[in-house]
Amino acid sequence: MEEGQGVRDAGLRAYWRANKVLIAILLVIWALVSLVFSILLAEPLYQIRVGSLPMSFWWAQQGSMVVFVLLIFFYAWFMDRLDEKYDVHEDRPGRPAQPTAPGGGDGGGEQ
Amino acid sequence: MSVEAWTYVTVGVTFAAYLYIGYLNRVKDTGGFYVAGRGVPAVFNGAAVGADWMSAASFISMAGLISFMGYDGTVYLMGWTGGYVLLALLLAPYLRKYGKYTIPDFVGDRYYSSTARVVAAFCAIFVSLTYVAGQMRGVGIVFSRFLNVPIEVGVIIGMAIVSFFAVLGGMKGITWTQVAQYSVLIVAYLIPAVAIAWVLTGNPIPQLSFTFSDIVPRLNEIQTDLGFTEYTQPFSAKPMLDVFCITLALMAGTAGLPHILVRFYTVPSVRSARYSAAWALLFIALLYTTAPALAAFARYNLIDSLHGKTLEEINEYQWVQSWQATGLLSFEDKNGDGKIELTPDTATSEMSVDRDIIVLSTPEVARLAPWVIALVAAGGLAAALSTAAGLLLVISSSIAHDIYDRLINPDASEAKRLMVGRVMIFLAVIVAGIFGIYPPGFVAQVVAFAFGLAAASFFPVILLGIFDSRTNRQGAIWGMVVGIGFTGLYIIGNKFFGMPAWFLGISSEGIGTIGMILNLIVTFVVSRLTPPPPIEIRRMVEEVRVPRGAGASTSH
Repeated sequence: MEEGQGVRDAGLRAYWRANKVLIAILLVIWALVSLVFSILLAEPLYQIRVGSLPMSFWWAQQGSMVVFVLLIFFYAWFMDRLDEKYDVHEDRPGRPAQPTAPGGGDGGGEQ
Repeated sequence: MSVEAWTYVTVGVTFAAYLYIGYLNRVKDTGGFYVAGRGVPAVFNGAAVGADWMSAASFISMAGLISFMGYDGTVYLMGWTGGYVLLALLLAPYLRKYGKYTIPDFVGDRYYSSTARVVAAFCAIFVSLTYVAGQMRGVGIVFSRFLNVPIEVGVIIGMAIVSFFAVLGGMKGITWTQVAQYSVLIVAYLIPAVAIAWVLTGNPIPQLSFTFSDIVPRLNEIQTDLGFTEYTQPFSAKPMLDVFCITLALMAGTAGLPHILVRFYTVPSVRSARYSAAWALLFIALLYTTAPALAAFARYNLIDSLHGKTLEEINEYQWVQSWQATGLLSFEDKNGDGKIELTPDTATSEMSVDRDIIVLSTPEVARLAPWVIALVAAGGLAAALSTAAGLLLVISSSIAHDIYDRLINPDASEAKRLMVGRVMIFLAVIVAGIFGIYPPGFVAQVVAFAFGLAAASFFPVILLGIFDSRTNRQGAIWGMVVGIGFTGLYIIGNKFFGMPAWFLGISSEGIGTIGMILNLIVTFVVSRLTPPPPIEIRRMVEEVRVPRGAGASTSH
């Protein structure tokens, strides 16, 4: 019993660590495209072109937002895998909850 | 059919649809009223977040602001989208796992303190009130422009519609009307943008024609000829440090806005909370990547068709006449040379253009059919109403749930709680309406206040609540007090009492970044100088980090 709990705790700690590493990597990209490319490096990147726009201007008004969307989809997708790997995923992901599932407040189907 | 007739039809039909959806989704319990019974699928929650998010300011004023700010308009573009990355990675999944009704619920439970709960409830009310003020005004402006109805009457019509579906359906009614409102507003935004891109560049996709056509280089050239800086020149409106701080404050503020955070309580699972954040940003980015294209096109078109012409030539444009009538566009031949000239100096410039024109006049400028103009009116109303509804729910839940249910009358019956919730949302609508009729300030400006305060209060407290189990009650309360105190005093002093922007020249819009950093430092340090939180709180923190079991936490 004690031992099983310990193994489980170690698994949860590893899951949380993996999650934090992933978040850190994605936030570095997030900061790079927005705060660095679009603001701090606005002047140097101004000379390079993307299409007919200066590159820093393109990052500031187009590119950064596209990257933001991709980052969140990637995070959601990757976390599905992490949840499975560390066996912390929810029951039947993506499908409606089983009628046996607990949860008195789940009034989604009422009316 | 005339524009006005079309507008009556479009606004009438969309409003009838909102009322019908609101009626279908009326609720009988507090779970439905506050979190839509946690039955909203990820994609639809994403659309609802989009509508909740994109306010009258985003829809009507943002492209105009960018058009006047050029490069520096990015503070709004990145600031109001980048926050979703923080939200999706750092807050939303864990709040869903925690799974109660409001943000003050989380703050109160995590910091085992009624004081923290009350402070958070007041912050939520304050942030939402500042934000909602602009929304009702937006409703009034659209009504007065498109239907020649006095602003006050427009505001009252908007109040009636919102109170119907919000009182009856609470979060559930609001969510499903927001899904409809998102559809209306995005179509209304994209059609004119696609049309003007097509007319000016021959490429119908605004994002692509913005990047690849020669409109922006030509606009740069014209601007330089007229004595302006290049349109794409960075930091012509604000210094770099200020742009940096405003962007970061808007990002953290976005992630900390209670009316967005509570939306993630309404989905069935942690997994769907992650995906709905992704869908939300996709839906938002659709408008936010179009706005800068629209801004540049409209500016180019405005200068190109008006500058250097005589008054007679200008008045041949139908849209010029109709916008002059509203006072948002005016001309004065100051130097008497018979030509209207645009110059950087407002004292000599012979054109005065209100920013809101950029979006509102595009369909007429691009000579689109009258029904498109009517659709833009409906889109502006959808944007304003949907955001107002989400904010009103936060205001009412902060009073009815966090203060009344939890503190004043914890033994109240379910029926009584629901009744208090409905009454509070109705009162909140009235307060918002009064703000709409007697507006406290310029729409987008007012909205920016809310962000600084959210950045300096909720974002750090929730973040540390999840990621640092050592953070305790004392740390959180002091962090919030210092963060809000500093940011609030700086903004109020700077905006209303002529206090200079003494902190490194950072404007009141960007000071939330500093408030947030102060909050983080104070929370972290005070937590480590005072006793650790009790063991059950540490267990709770470990619990919210793991997705499994989110279904179980739907019971309250």
